[in-house]
Amino acid sequence: MAGETVQVITTDADVVAARQRGRLIAAHIGFTIGDQTVIAAAISELARNILLYARHGEILLEPMQQSDRVGIKITARDTGPGIKDVPRAMTDGFSTSGGLGLGLPGARRLVDEFEISSAPGKGTTIIMKKWKL
Amino acid sequence: MEVPILKQGHYVIASVQSALTDADLRQLREQITERVGRFRSKGVIVDVTVLDVMDSFAVRTLRDLAHMTRLRGAETVIVGIQPEVAFAMVQLGLSLKGVATALDLEEGLAFLDARAREHLTGGR
Repeated sequence: MAGETVQVITTDADVVAARQRGRLIAAHIGFTIGDQTVIAAAISELARNILLYARHGEILLEPMQQSDRVGIKITARDTGPGIKDVPRAMTDGFSTSGGLGLGLPGARRLVDEFEISSAPGKGTTIIMKKWKL
Repeated sequence: MEVPILKQGHYVIASVQSALTDADLRQLREQITERVGRFRSKGVIVDVTVLDVMDSFAVRTLRDLAHMTRLRGAETVIVGIQPEVAFAMVQLGLSLKGVATALDLEEGLAFLDARAREHLTGGR
């Protein structure tokens, strides 16, 4: 299977490009159309967060293969201001940007594994994994 | 990419043709609000059949669009949300609360026509 794909996020067109590339990779892995949409939506939320809070960052898309299953790993990373209160940022309806506050908690509901590491001034890295059923 | 907006009778119809950036969505919202005034429209249909994903920004912008046109006297119907897009929206916790939706363009037009008739007969 192909290696990783990197999509730099600096404009709103990059958000569209990231989710379209993610959908293509997901389709290639064999995810259903429903799962491709879910993966594209999750990527869109993370890419949007990069743009909104850090202005610059990247999304890495990698197929995953284990003995009995395949999936996709999505890494969103930036060197922006970081998140002061991670548990709060993961709460539905909490937003410091005037948005809906559903981006991160919403994305977490869409995937199987979700890890976030962030500290003020050190940027944010989010790793999401979704396995094909 | 710009969304073509057509006037048809008392309605304004916007048919999304491709993936939309945030800037495209904002432009759509502004243009429809403006056209509703220019054409004295009573209804708006936004056809999103081709959208293969709707994230929080898209949903928020469409909701704002619907509320803005309502304040200007026109009801908006969002038509063509695909089943997998609806599934992802629900998982994300996104809703179009307070916004009319219909299966497709035909149903959207029927909804607006029925609503216009109700208004004529004094109902609501």
